Amino acid sequence: MIQFDKVTKVFGDGTEALKDVSLTIPTEELVVLIGPSGCGKTTLMKMINRLEIPTSGEVYVGGKDVSSVDAVELRKTIGYVIQRIGLFPHMSVERNASLVPNLKGWTKTKKTEQVYELMQMVGLDPKEYLSKYPLELSGGQQQRIGVVRALAGNPDIVLMDEPFSALDPISREQLQMEIKNIQKKLKKTIVFVTHDMDEALKIADTIVIMRNGQIEQTGTPTELIESPINQFVQDFIGIERINQKKSIGKRELQDLIPSFNRSEQSSYLIVEANILVEEAINLLENVGIESLLVKKGNKELGFVNQSTLLRAMLTKEEVS
Amino acid sequence: MQTFLDTFFSRSDLIQEAFLQHIYLSFIALAIGIGIALPLGIFVARYRRLAEPIIGVTAIFQTIPSLALFGFLVPLIGIGTMTALIALIIYALLPILRNTYTGITTIDDSIIEAGRGMGMTTGQLLRQIEFPLALPFIMAGIRTATVLTVGIATLATFVGAGGLGDVIYRGLQSYNNALVLAGALPVTILAILFDLILKWIEKKATPKGLKTGR
Repeated sequence: MIQFDKVTKVFGDGTEALKDVSLTIPTEELVVLIGPSGCGKTTLMKMINRLEIPTSGEVYVGGKDVSSVDAVELRKTIGYVIQRIGLFPHMSVERNASLVPNLKGWTKTKKTEQVYELMQMVGLDPKEYLSKYPLELSGGQQQRIGVVRALAGNPDIVLMDEPFSALDPISREQLQMEIKNIQKKLKKTIVFVTHDMDEALKIADTIVIMRNGQIEQTGTPTELIESPINQFVQDFIGIERINQKKSIGKRELQDLIPSFNRSEQSSYLIVEANILVEEAINLLENVGIESLLVKKGNKELGFVNQSTLLRAMLTKEEVS
Repeated sequence: MQTFLDTFFSRSDLIQEAFLQHIYLSFIALAIGIGIALPLGIFVARYRRLAEPIIGVTAIFQTIPSLALFGFLVPLIGIGTMTALIALIIYALLPILRNTYTGITTIDDSIIEAGRGMGMTTGQLLRQIEFPLALPFIMAGIRTATVLTVGIATLATFVGAGGLGDVIYRGLQSYNNALVLAGALPVTILAILFDLILKWIEKKATPKGLKTGR
């Protein structure tokens, strides 16, 4: 768990980047900090691994005040992915990926095992890619290595600073899905900074909308779309997204068959194909179950979860 | 041509001794120059406010005509090898210092931030990231300094420190053009040779990942 307690930040030139911000980020959640540029989202995130020091207020990671912990030791326990990738061009993919394990002094077997597993998880064949150098890879591949590097030290928390904003739309889409799956699978707490609302709605468990160094609203994607607290939040989410969601919410689940997931899920509830999309979302949010098996009579149509439904709502073609 | 070869062989003892002295002077001056400028470059890259004044001072040294610098140093230190070395070291400083500073400061901030964010200490950052990435720049600075030093070392003869300048000076005094050439040619060859060797080292020193795709 990460807690910010009345954090303020005033930079040397007098700009107030954060004004009295308090926020709790629960364990194993993917929390997205979003807002226009200059809203303080990156500054807030960097306080977690002490790349920024609050002017006043405290930051707690796992119950410990970060200012009482050695910065270097703290950072080794927190994964970090940055926007411009920041792979070390003079090191092979393998050395890049095993950087934190090296700093932590892991054995060679443990390092190799970890890096192999993570490489496979992000869809890169370790045998082919480990000996390559970053500049030989495409942007999407480089950022996959960036993700591997951040996870290699087995951190509980991963910070991601607009990690996919420089990528082409296809790689971005793939990586968004991968990061969501990885987070579920490895049970990490991820703090993700972005300015892209579509990205936030797709991957977030919780979205924190910020403006001028303050938090405007915190909530799940559905909460934000359904009840934006003020005009700013509504504008920031975008009125089209809200309307789209409303119109799709009134439709039946079976209208969304193309976006159903066919693979078997571990825990699910069985629902009828003719329930409304908004009812399905309520079920998923309130019952605390990950997915729904949609049935029409005896026929299984497939599985849906919160993110497939949200994605369906945000894809324009399906509104027609 | 014939007179040149005759002179060259008849004075081969003198030339050989001067040649070795020349190498000795240049080499020691460079080694000490690197020993001072490299750490200093790393230091000013850390404390960038100091960079302008410190690099400025070495730049001012550089603008002093070499003959004048030798002249300044004689009343202060006297004549001899030490005086020549000090002058040569002063000339070697700027290219190495400036290139070390530029090499380190031009590294993409995001790379440094990534390293810091993952928990590298300042020392680890320097050894594993900054130094290897700045190495091609640093080597280029050392090459410039080398060619410069080998050339200026010909002036060491005026403070009695020997070197190939001796041969050239003797030739000039006795209006013996062949002897002047017999001194000047080895200097040129030495400068080119050193440059080639360092170029090869520079190529070897460039991290593998930087050669591909750039």
